Amino acid sequence: MSTRNGEVVVVGGGLHTTVQDTGRDGYYSLGIPPSGAMDRFSYRVANMLVGNPDGAAALEATYVGPTLEFTDDRRVAVTGASAPVTVNGEPVPTWQTVAVRAGDVLSFSMLTAGARPYIAISGGVSVPVYLGARSTYTLTGLGGFEGRRLADGDRLPLGEEELADPPEVGSTVEEALRPDLPDVTLLRTMIGLCSYRVTEESMRVFTSTEWKVTKDADRIGYRLHGGRFDFVDREPPHGAGSDPANVVDLGYPLGSIQVPGGDEPIVLLNDAVTAGGYATVGTVISTDLDRIAQAKTGDRVRFEPVDLRTALEARADRHARLERVRRALREQGARA
Amino acid sequence: MTTIKTAMPGVIYRRPSPEEEPFVREGETIEEGQTIALVEVMKNFNEVKADQSGRLTRFLVEDGDEVAISQDIAELED
Repeated sequence: MSTRNGEVVVVGGGLHTTVQDTGRDGYYSLGIPPSGAMDRFSYRVANMLVGNPDGAAALEATYVGPTLEFTDDRRVAVTGASAPVTVNGEPVPTWQTVAVRAGDVLSFSMLTAGARPYIAISGGVSVPVYLGARSTYTLTGLGGFEGRRLADGDRLPLGEEELADPPEVGSTVEEALRPDLPDVTLLRTMIGLCSYRVTEESMRVFTSTEWKVTKDADRIGYRLHGGRFDFVDREPPHGAGSDPANVVDLGYPLGSIQVPGGDEPIVLLNDAVTAGGYATVGTVISTDLDRIAQAKTGDRVRFEPVDLRTALEARADRHARLERVRRALREQGARA
Repeated sequence: MTTIKTAMPGVIYRRPSPEEEPFVREGETIEEGQTIALVEVMKNFNEVKADQSGRLTRFLVEDGDEVAISQDIAELED
């Protein structure tokens, strides 16, 4: 293996680019959300394409991709949201293993679909592990690169954790295995935990409305607009407070949908508050958190009620799709 | 004639704050890199900058409009 400077220079940080991995599990009860890549499928495939072990840290950009200058030989792959990508001004394909050398500059044009591109670099981004993860949680400034989004001029340390048998340069993921990036995103949702607080008619509105993603949509949560909820009259239980949207505090599942004022439901995501006292009317299934991650401000989403069995099948399907990608990449290597 | 586009979606503002003058008025000449508007998204106000110099002939959005990625914000005469 050649000697490495072991870093990549952030020429332009983009709008909100952070270091993310599979997330910081195990501290939810202490109020620390998992963070981690929001579109896990695209993140995992990016790592596969560059020959990184599962769980290596990569970059997640939002709306505006970063400009990166490499300081040694690496493989790089861009997945997730669609955008024209160039190396030294020459177009390179996304969802493909690309070779870069010292001095090469990777940049993005404006996104054409989706919200979050993922950039994996062979060796992984080797920021210090904090509480078991390299994921950035910007709200309290922990993990990732100095606990914050990337800024122009940052130099990110790169690691050497590479698989012995990485995909050949030029290996690609066929379109059928890539996520759709539709204008209206369907979010399969389990109804609960506090849907009893709103009327049946409101639940019908909830599942039949095309909700618009407002400007307040980020890694913490997505605020939506398009309908309103009426609450069922009640005598507030001890500890719930008098606001009809309030319940006795509970842990919020990742992906849960709360309705603080009765209008503008909020889907709680990877960096969200872990518990509180707002009624939650449903929870987006874990697989479809990948989908909402690629919905952008101005896009529309719909909630489709599903049961637990459907949710688990969806999770198994996603796992199978990831394994198909892994196998396809191995087969391309064998043919080369 | 070319246009200046926004790279991010959100709500656009032509002035730094409600009480202040607009960044640029129609007909004024602007330099490459100059801020012409702000786009509010993800609880931040992000600058939209001109990617080239020229005379800004016309704004294609109003204060408070919702904008989409790659939407034309203003027309520019070289």
